[in-house]
Amino acid sequence: MSAFRDPFDPNNRLGAACRCGKHRSQAEHDAAAENLPDARYETLNRRVLETAAMRALFPVDVVRRRFLRAVGASTASAVVSTFFPFGALEALAQARGKPEKTDLKIGFIPITCATPLIMADPLGFYRDQGLKVSLMKTAGWALIRDKMLNKEHDASHFLSPMPIAISMGLGSVAQPMRVMTVQNINGQAITLATKHKDKRDPKQWKGFRFAVPFDYSMHNFLLRYYVAEHGLDPDTDIQIRVTPPPEMVANLRAGNIDGYLGPDPFNQRAVYDEVGFIHMLSKDLWDGHPCCAFGVSEAFVKENPNTFAALYRAVLTAARMAREAKNRSLIAKVIAPANYLNQPETVIEQVLTGKFADGLGNVKTVPDRADFDPFPWHSMAVWILTQMKRWGYVKGDVDYRRIAEQVFLVTDARKHMAELDMKAPAASYAKLKVMGKEFDPAQPDKYLAGFAIRKAA
Amino acid sequence: MTLQSLKAALLSLAFLGLFLCIWHAATLPKAESQAPSDEYAKLLGKGAKKSDGFPSLGQMGEVALGHLRDPAYDRGPNDKGIAIQLGHSLARVGAGYLLAILFAVPLGFLIGMSPLLYQALNPFIQVLKPISPLAWMPLALYTIKDSSISGIFVIFICSVWPMLINTAFGVASVRRDWLAVAKTLEVKPLRKAFAVILPAAAPTILTGMRISIGIAWLVIVAAEMLVGGTGIGYFVWNEWNNLNLTNVIFAILVIGVMGMLLDLAIGRLQKAVTYVE
Repeated sequence: MSAFRDPFDPNNRLGAACRCGKHRSQAEHDAAAENLPDARYETLNRRVLETAAMRALFPVDVVRRRFLRAVGASTASAVVSTFFPFGALEALAQARGKPEKTDLKIGFIPITCATPLIMADPLGFYRDQGLKVSLMKTAGWALIRDKMLNKEHDASHFLSPMPIAISMGLGSVAQPMRVMTVQNINGQAITLATKHKDKRDPKQWKGFRFAVPFDYSMHNFLLRYYVAEHGLDPDTDIQIRVTPPPEMVANLRAGNIDGYLGPDPFNQRAVYDEVGFIHMLSKDLWDGHPCCAFGVSEAFVKENPNTFAALYRAVLTAARMAREAKNRSLIAKVIAPANYLNQPETVIEQVLTGKFADGLGNVKTVPDRADFDPFPWHSMAVWILTQMKRWGYVKGDVDYRRIAEQVFLVTDARKHMAELDMKAPAASYAKLKVMGKEFDPAQPDKYLAGFAIRKAA
Repeated sequence: MTLQSLKAALLSLAFLGLFLCIWHAATLPKAESQAPSDEYAKLLGKGAKKSDGFPSLGQMGEVALGHLRDPAYDRGPNDKGIAIQLGHSLARVGAGYLLAILFAVPLGFLIGMSPLLYQALNPFIQVLKPISPLAWMPLALYTIKDSSISGIFVIFICSVWPMLINTAFGVASVRRDWLAVAKTLEVKPLRKAFAVILPAAAPTILTGMRISIGIAWLVIVAAEMLVGGTGIGYFVWNEWNNLNLTNVIFAILVIGVMGMLLDLAIGRLQKAVTYVE
């Protein structure tokens, strides 16, 4: 409803530059109106059309208000509807942009990174867009990849490096995948087994066994970055093994691993189960780093442009809601049940609200421990590519910009964010800071050359 | 009931009692570690019912009753009642197993009747037989490109060998005298197969089928844990996610009981075709 000011409300603020008062200019208003959420038409349509008619009948605000005060909003609405064939107009509006495919399967891994795409189901955001979505809990990232390649899933929760790797054919057959939005920023942590309470300096970690969720994950790249900054070579001084997130806590308890850089809720879960403590939030490595992404295959975008747009709106609506701190407790409640994350609610709530027990006896408050900025920065993709090159996952010359711009759909994200009144940055490249070291996306190779510890090319 | 079976039943009960006593003793409530503050304790979920840790007998019973009371609920694609999960698993096992029978019994017949084929195919069978279901899975997913059909394929490929070998062996070891009698009476080949060889080899074939159903049921749990979605294996995995041992133990019991029932069913069939020479 937010995109349209209600002209039937006599107390609305005046003086904005477009007809409805919500946009900076008429052009922007028209652009937004053109891309209005399709399924929303079902509920919004009549109101929107009436609104337009009302504005056309009474272009002068003062006159309209006087009229409304005199007869009342509902009478005014009834009178206006006698003049216009609203039914026909509504049908016309609905015919445009109908989703080509409405029954969708979306894969996810039960972690809080996927909060927006999960909450969109119980909160009805997919339904609002006319989509019937089944969220398929999946056992691990390799399976997420395989089910996307097989087209068993229409869209999926990804680790943000995965669509890049799949598009480049690393670790699988090459199939172009696209990142629609980043799901979450921050929200990961390094968890260590309780017995390592006194070994807080990474220099003491020689010989440690760590788990990460997947080779092509931010977790892997951040952990490698972190230990390398402290002088350890992640390939020779520590052991990094791939473990599906849900199995990390069990492995930590069994003593199979010394720690992990893993997604929440499994960091918090280790604290809850009193087997580990949170050594460091990933936010303190790189504040605002992307983690997971929401993506589809390129073929899906081509075959189902309207479904693609509807998915965009649903997931962005969820992200917008998830960004607000006041909604986080409610979100924890809706995503905790067995159908979704299957975790104790208090664990999820601690992750999302940022007021948590750290496993060492302290209660910490870090409101931005997890956040859900959906904008898919090209600079993030370039950073990921530099790390893939640094650790030998990709060899030879990399066309950073071309890959980043192909896989991360900034233009579409920006367009759909504008529709929902979300602020999207004008640039798609920005300088970043990872552990105090600046990364300039314009000079990735120079950045790469600055690392002393890297896999020999 | 004979005296011995009565004794055996009593002994079984005694073992069960002993097992439950040990369980009970091992899960007596322990003093909780002291948390630094009340707020901290609350964040760790102390005081409230925590789902982790090994359950006591009481908790176990409560959870089991809860599942049995509402076995067929359906709260979305990732949360279904135990009966529905069991149904999905049985359907997969049924499909894979049936395919295996259709493939293994006729082929086993052929191999058994021809010593040459038997020798030629034996090395392949011996190599393929010991491969674990989990090893087949990635290959199946990659080539078949569908996870539920892959599950069925894995059940098929793992349960086909015992049946094939047993059928071939049973057919090959039909008594020479009976075949000689059939020959003297000039019985046509098809009739010979159905009227002489099949009844003679039936007990051995059924033994193979009995081994296979056990394997199929073993495989389904592993396959579903890997592929996810539905089924009793997925249920175990999903509860492991939540480190909820109580539910995992319950599922283990259900898997055990179901496996026993399947075995008993084939055992009945086996008894029906057994003959005394």
